[in-house]
Amino acid sequence: MPKIEISPDLIVYFKWGFASLSATIVFTWVVMAVLIVLVRLATRRLSSGMSMTRQQNMFEMLITFMRSQIREITGQDPDRYLPFVGSLFLFISLSNFLEIVPGFRPPTGSLNTTAALALVVFFAVPLFGIAEQGLVGYLKGYLKPTPLMLPFNIIGELSRTLALAVRLFGNIMSGSLVVAVLLAIVPLFAPIVMEALGLLIGQVQAYIFAVLATVYIGAATRDDDDTQIAQTATSPEVT
Amino acid sequence: MDSVTTIGQISIIMAGVTMAIGSIGPALGEGWAASRALAALAQQPDEAATVTRTLFVSLAIIESIAIYCFVISMILIFANPFWAKVIGG
Repeated sequence: MPKIEISPDLIVYFKWGFASLSATIVFTWVVMAVLIVLVRLATRRLSSGMSMTRQQNMFEMLITFMRSQIREITGQDPDRYLPFVGSLFLFISLSNFLEIVPGFRPPTGSLNTTAALALVVFFAVPLFGIAEQGLVGYLKGYLKPTPLMLPFNIIGELSRTLALAVRLFGNIMSGSLVVAVLLAIVPLFAPIVMEALGLLIGQVQAYIFAVLATVYIGAATRDDDDTQIAQTATSPEVT
Repeated sequence: MDSVTTIGQISIIMAGVTMAIGSIGPALGEGWAASRALAALAQQPDEAATVTRTLFVSLAIIESIAIYCFVISMILIFANPFWAKVIGG
């Protein structure tokens, strides 16, 4: 029976003193390299006319989809958040997608990677919020609806970061673990079904990670007037 | 029974119990959310995009509770801190 590794961190290739090169880092580099090569290939011969290369078509479709989603969620100009959210989505999506390649361990199946991604979101949300409505305006958001909610708002900020990291890690890790267990029990066709399910779950999780990051950013950058207008628009006495 | 056996037994039993109990709540919640979303879709097919996106996000958030239980049971089996202490790691 093959040894089941719970996390790609445990596969260590090199070790120099306190620095070690684990499978997580190597496959993160692989994902980054694949992304860069794909994008370079797609943007090498850009055309603005009707005829374009297939790669350009694919990326234009992706970007259009992401922009429309961000616009619907935040209700603001999507180009401001597209680089951040889009990079998160592309990285997670590709690293979950490459799971079907034999020998590839998705770096998102390690708690280190997902914690790093969640920390990026954790620090990006206040940065976007301060850039949009100023330091005082952003900090006032913690005192809403009443100052009594201040500790709960802070706890919510921390716990949603934890949830973001553990959700992605748990989903991807459980997918590869179930396949590993099935390989030991019924090695022929059953793992394929679970691999297909894992592919679907991986894409859904990438989508959800990006959507949640957008929702958090949208909540931090939205000022009072918008929410009041939204509330009056949905309240029954106006209609 | 020495402590190694006890810790091994309890860890494995509790990993199963964690998954069993911890998946009941999220299962009921996801069922409710999906059935309500289907009802909303049947009433307002035009709002399909919004309903579907909200459904996916809420399903993921509900599901993360079950995922916490799964992570804890995996920690109990694969990375048990008490186990390493008894073994002498």
